[in-house]
Amino acid sequence: MINVRIFVTYKESVFDPQGETITEAIHSLGHSDVKQVHVGKFFDVQVDSSKENVEKTISEISEQLLVNFNLETYHYEIMEEA
Amino acid sequence: MKIAVVVFPGSNCDVDLYEALHTVCRADVEYVSHKQKSLAGFDAVMLPGGFSYGDYLRSGAIARFSNIMPAIIEFANEGKLVFGTCNGFQILTEAGLLPGALKQNNSLKFICKTVELEVVNNQTPFTSLYEANEHIKLPIAHADGSYYAEKDVLEKLEENGQIVFRYAGENPNGSLNNIAGITNEKGNVLGMMPHPERAVEALLGNEDGLRLFRSLLANGKKTEEAAR
Repeated sequence: MINVRIFVTYKESVFDPQGETITEAIHSLGHSDVKQVHVGKFFDVQVDSSKENVEKTISEISEQLLVNFNLETYHYEIMEEA
Repeated sequence: MKIAVVVFPGSNCDVDLYEALHTVCRADVEYVSHKQKSLAGFDAVMLPGGFSYGDYLRSGAIARFSNIMPAIIEFANEGKLVFGTCNGFQILTEAGLLPGALKQNNSLKFICKTVELEVVNNQTPFTSLYEANEHIKLPIAHADGSYYAEKDVLEKLEENGQIVFRYAGENPNGSLNNIAGITNEKGNVLGMMPHPERAVEALLGNEDGLRLFRSLLANGKKTEEAAR
């Protein structure tokens, strides 16, 4: 079993209102050194496959379902082989 | 002209659409379950508002995998009329029948109120009974209604006259180019965030949405007569 974490975030060109609001809240905590926050989501996926095939599976499910390329982009990390 | 109103798990404006067509317009309309695989015998299909599949993952993202979806895509590709309001619009973008996407409102809030719209294009089968650049009022009720598309897509929408409705005055959700409703390039698929089906009776305060359904029915009648 291979554990993969897929991260999905807005593309740079897309306004992220949650990130903006959180940044403002952080500033009211006094952390004016925090310049920007971007909110995204991640999916923990367990794949029963070989290391060679896992990347193909992950790109297919990301591109066909998990990511809307009009708005979002993604990357993933192979966490560990269980 | 026979119209299908598709019902997904989580649709909640299906009855409004059905009654606008059946009770107010006296049209021939039937509910079609998401489980069905065919739209045979129908001349137009409508996707209602609501929260199909709980808005899981992204609004409209899971509805794309329903049994009925390949039939809707084929129907649209044949040039037949497809209309989606609110969640229906989100489903049409997720299914790739309309360009761009709908994201969370800039205010991060669910907005439910009546807004002013401009009918930018009245040369569509859905808007022919409106005046060009007429201002109308329709209710909106959504959390994910901020229209986004890349710059080149927006330019193409503008050039081709695919922007049918624009927010006039206040932009409630942060939609780019104030977009409230668009068609595909062919002009037979319309998606819009406002709810015309909630504005079809003067008794209920607003009938600005009525002409959308009347336009569609009038165009359907013309097509039927031409086919005879």
